[in-house]
Amino acid sequence: MKAFLLILFLLATPAWAGSFAPKLDIGNGGQCVDDPKFMRKNHMKMIVHQRDETVRSGIRGGKYSLAACVNCHASKKDNNVLGDNEHFCQGCHEYAAVKPDCFECHSSKRKVVAEAAK
Amino acid sequence: MSDEVNLNRRQFLTKASAAVAGIAIAPGMLLFDFAHGRPLGEAASNAVRWGMLIDTTQCDSGCNECVTACSKENGWPEAKSSTDVQWIRKVELKQISTGRQSSLPMMCQHCAEPPCVDVCPTAASFKRADGIVLVDKHRCIGCRYCMMACPYKARSFVHEAVIDHDSDMPRGKGTVESCTLCVHRVDKGEAPACVEACAKAGHRAILFGDLNDPNSEIYLRIRSVTTSQLRADLGLNPGISFVGL
Repeated sequence: MKAFLLILFLLATPAWAGSFAPKLDIGNGGQCVDDPKFMRKNHMKMIVHQRDETVRSGIRGGKYSLAACVNCHASKKDNNVLGDNEHFCQGCHEYAAVKPDCFECHSSKRKVVAEAAK
Repeated sequence: MSDEVNLNRRQFLTKASAAVAGIAIAPGMLLFDFAHGRPLGEAASNAVRWGMLIDTTQCDSGCNECVTACSKENGWPEAKSSTDVQWIRKVELKQISTGRQSSLPMMCQHCAEPPCVDVCPTAASFKRADGIVLVDKHRCIGCRYCMMACPYKARSFVHEAVIDHDSDMPRGKGTVESCTLCVHRVDKGEAPACVEACAKAGHRAILFGDLNDPNSEIYLRIRSVTTSQLRADLGLNPGISFVGL
């Protein structure tokens, strides 16, 4: 019984959960456009709202933008937010088992580099 | 005091007109209109209607610069078959009775009454307030009704997955696309890539500007020379007009 309780205790500790959390390469990091906790939960709503305003009404330079996400969070190694499970977008989406469709059409590379390669 | 102000104003006007003369590509013809870049955060306005005037007499039949520039700017590969994506193409015309030949670039005509918008079942095809006809690829389901409705055959379907996207021009498999009048450049106050390339090649066949602005070069040109729209009989009122057709 004691052994069982010990195992239960070990299973319930946060360290157990922590070892499976994604280890992300956050790229440049620094101050995000909004509170990171808020962004973690709501980034998809923010960029969906922004995309409609930009595409349909032509409003540019908004606070939220996918290109800005990528520019900031692309890995410093290969300037990409996709690649393996350490990359910012892919790593977390893999962990949450959610497929992001953004990069079927949008560039997942940091813009400065993409421009320079032209 | 007021004299001084007037003098300064006059000096300013003299200098300003000299500056304008510097960027004039021919007497009375500017490369494109200036100061139309909207401030960030402002929506496109219907006070503006973007359009082009294509002078077929200046268009060289051997020249493909506008097509190459568009392809490079918007990241679509060179078209090899009729099903490949092609936003702009060169068309050669020959009048059979006289043998007169002319050449022109053909792309989305940015109609005031676009049939592609009428038929779109998901409202992905839309006309922006400033007259630019676009596809909202977030909504496009790839049904291709718009391609059938367009009398200019201006739209293409992306059949294959796109690799190495351009960050300014997202493109993806399963959606329809066409000339955007380089909306990302126009919003910054620049001219479309084809216009720039045509001028660079020394042909200056494409004039771009605001059709609603009485001071714009395109407005003045359309008022002073004979122009025609393609298939004007359809009553679509295209934003692209032609000289010398």
